[in-house]
Amino acid sequence: MSAPSIATTKIPIPPTPPDEKLVTGGLTFSDVTNLVSQVTEQKTPRNWYLAFAFSLALLGVFGVSVLWLLWEGTGVWGLQQPVGWAWDITNFVFWVGIGHAGTLISAILFLFRQKWRTSVNRAAEAMTIFAVICALMFPGLHVGRIWMAYYLFPLPNQMGMWPNFRSPLLWDVFAVGTYFTVSLLFWYVGLVPDLATLRDRAKTRTRALVYGLLSLGWRGSMRHWINYEKAYLILAGISTPLVLSVHTIVSFDFATSVIPGWHTTIFPPYFVAGAIFSGFAMVVSLMVITRQVFGFKDLVTLDHLEKMNKIILLTGTMVGYAYAMEFFIAWYSGSLYERYAFINRAFGPYAWAYWTMITCNVISPQFFWFRKFRRSIPVMFVLSIVVNIGMWFERFVIIVTSLHRDYLPGSWGYFMPTIWDIGLFVGSFGLFFTLFVLFLRFLPVIAVSEVKGVMPEADPHHHAHEEVEEKAPLRTAEAS
Amino acid sequence: MDAPEKRSDGLNEAPYVFPKWTNRIPGLVPPAFVLGLAAIVFVIWFWFSPKHTEVGYAPKQPVPYSHKLHVGELGLDCRYCHTAVEKGPIASVPSAETCMNCHTVIKHDSELLAPVREAFQTGKPIEWVRVHRVADYAYFSHAQHVNKGVGCVECHGRVDQMEVVRVTQPLSMDWCLECHRDPAPYLRPKDQVTNMAWEPEGDRRAIGEQLMQAYHVQPPTDCAGCHR
Ligand code: HEC
Ligand code: HEC
Ligand code: HEC
Ligand code: HEC
Ligand code: HEC
Repeated sequence: MSAPSIATTKIPIPPTPPDEKLVTGGLTFSDVTNLVSQVTEQKTPRNWYLAFAFSLALLGVFGVSVLWLLWEGTGVWGLQQPVGWAWDITNFVFWVGIGHAGTLISAILFLFRQKWRTSVNRAAEAMTIFAVICALMFPGLHVGRIWMAYYLFPLPNQMGMWPNFRSPLLWDVFAVGTYFTVSLLFWYVGLVPDLATLRDRAKTRTRALVYGLLSLGWRGSMRHWINYEKAYLILAGISTPLVLSVHTIVSFDFATSVIPGWHTTIFPPYFVAGAIFSGFAMVVSLMVITRQVFGFKDLVTLDHLEKMNKIILLTGTMVGYAYAMEFFIAWYSGSLYERYAFINRAFGPYAWAYWTMITCNVISPQFFWFRKFRRSIPVMFVLSIVVNIGMWFERFVIIVTSLHRDYLPGSWGYFMPTIWDIGLFVGSFGLFFTLFVLFLRFLPVIAVSEVKGVMPEADPHHHAHEEVEEKAPLRTAEAS
Repeated sequence: MDAPEKRSDGLNEAPYVFPKWTNRIPGLVPPAFVLGLAAIVFVIWFWFSPKHTEVGYAPKQPVPYSHKLHVGELGLDCRYCHTAVEKGPIASVPSAETCMNCHTVIKHDSELLAPVREAFQTGKPIEWVRVHRVADYAYFSHAQHVNKGVGCVECHGRVDQMEVVRVTQPLSMDWCLECHRDPAPYLRPKDQVTNMAWEPEGDRRAIGEQLMQAYHVQPPTDCAGCHR
């Protein structure tokens, strides 16, 4: 025995200071289990049906927009030379961006032992997966003939031709595909113990069968836990670089082109910061509603929300810095076209979009400098939505303003969305909400087993706070 | 997997929802997944490829005209009927006049030739069913190929042995490119282009390479060569 294996390493962590309890309201282990499980067990509340009906209606809008697009072709959109990419790619980047918070919360914060993640990670990961599903719709649909979508993948075909491996558009396929797979696995592995809890509590045969199947025979034995911890740690390790790589590669779609306004080296970090920014805003929007509706106020506390608001403030400011830097470099480069692209962006025909973006993304998060606003539910709810409006506009501004004025004034244009552009975008929220509402009803919304792990009772030295030097957190099972 | 035992905490009377043998299923999932994937790939690769969907297409024609009889036995040259093949993109299918050069005399009262006589009299062409077709977004020209020593047989097979013309090559982009990337083994002297039975004397590739020099053969492989 020389090198310690993952399972036996003890990583000392400081105990949670008593004044910063992650679970409030004096909840016990079984309270937590009951609180979360009953959501899936009680009779379906009427409000759930209302939410579901609303989401389904939006999903219907999505379906109609897709069918019409496929029937008629991409001409139903407002795309026209020189603007060959508009809402389709805007929406893609928008949704992929939102999909970043989940993995950041689950993987990076996990590796950094940020225990507060436990009460939001499940919902955030679900959100990630659903957002990435929405995102994947757009590149698939924007080719117009989706039955040709297999061209995206390097498959041997009747054309005797591979996709261009030097194209970031192909890297995108791999980056987003990998991200989706790993996020899904990560989410599912985390769900297994909780699914087993639901199975054990099942009152009906169907529930027992379904949750039994999903929980893969989990019995909670020590061996299971050791394997689980290892798998979780490995997946966290794999996911961590993905958080950075996915949006970096999405930004390459633009940055490697030679279009002024796109051809910018700052894009990768700027896109990643923006993605985390919008993703956290989405988590806040959703968690504010969820905790209200299901009474999880003691599990998702104001402290949790405040921490996320701090991240929103940080990344929002980074994004603002990037906006300023783009202008500086445009001026500093001395390139006429580069300068023109940026002046046109801020003062040209799309100035309204640009200043909407600045207001929402740079100015609005500044409210979070104040603790009062960081801990105010109404303020954070409004701001989180404003931030996502701003982030949508950011992608719109980058894509459309850079394209709409080609080098020759003869090929200048102005993009106007059609009803089908709008239908598809609005409808994609229907897809997202439908999936999310189903998740809220049928799966444990909060990671029960992990929350228990960060409660003081999980600490072997719970009753003797003096001797806390050498302690292993629950996740690093020592018992191998 | 571990053998099931009764749980001690009494949470659920029958915690084991599934019988014990189901423990073996998870182990079978990965191989099943891999095999399933391979099967799908094979099905698409084989049955959906133009080699399978295009080749063998032989529609019924309004007149049972036989290349086997007219070319194989009577020895007519392709260009007697497909007159435009050396001059432009389209090989052209002969008009009723061409047939009537002979059929005013030979078999002039045959039932089978009734549509030909009718077309000849009314001037309304016979509606032959098209056999070979390349998608219209790809440019193809017979003259470019025939005048550089690519024989009809390379692309149409032994027409002189067919009762009914049928597609013998996939006509896919892959197929076009396969020859364009390396045309040497498909070339022949220009005067043998319509000769279905031509056999090279010696090494085909060596002859082809000489002909490539002689005819300055440079087939395009860039996209704009065919998608213009
Ligand atoms: C007597 C006239 C005649 C001669 C000679 C002749 N063809 Fe044809 N060919 C036709 C007619 C008529 C058709 C249309 C009917 C059919 O497809 O069978 C045709 C059809 C074809 C087609 C299919 C066209 C399509 O629709 O795709 C090919 C290929 C073809 N000929 C090749 C040849 C070749 C190669 C030769 C020389 C070896 C040749 N033909 C000689 C009359 C002729
Ligand atoms: C060079 C002269 C020649 C030309 C040109 C010609 N044919 Fe014929 N065709 C013949 C001969 C010879 C026969 C065989 C007669 C026999 O079997 O006794 C024949 C037989 C046929 C038959 C079979 C008739 C039967 O009753 O068995 C058909 C059908 C036919 N030709 C169609 C055509 C068509 C269509 C064209 C025009 C594209 C055409 N031929 C052009 C010489 C010609
Ligand atoms: C390089 C391959 C190639 C060669 C060589 C070739 N063909 Fe074709 N042929 C084609 C293809 C491909 C089509 C379908 C064209 C289209 O859809 O536009 C075709 C179509 C035809 C047609 C049907 C309609 C038309 O006019 O396009 C005839 C007839 C024909 N070929 C005859 C001939 C004859 C006769 C020769 C020899 C002199 C010949 N072809 C040589 C590839 C070839
Ligand atoms: C058996 C060999 C062969 C096949 C199969 C073949 N080609 Fe070609 N092709 C040639 C050769 C040889 C040339 C060179 C002509 C030259 O050098 O001008 C050529 C030239 C061309 C050109 C150039 C014409 C120009 O204007 O320069 C086009 C376009 C073309 N082929 C299209 C096609 C398409 C489309 C197909 C498939 C449907 C195809 N070819 C299949 C051999 C082939
Ligand atoms: C030698 C001629 C040739 C060249 C060179 C060529 N193609 Fe093609 N391509 C074709 C033909 C012929 C087809 C249609 C095949 C069919 O009818 O199924 C085709 C089909 C395609 C299709 C399928 C379109 C669809 O709707 O199914 C794509 C995409 C395509 N080509 C892209 C390219 C690209 C990109 C290049 C350059 C790397 C290229 N082609 C070069 C001949 C060519």
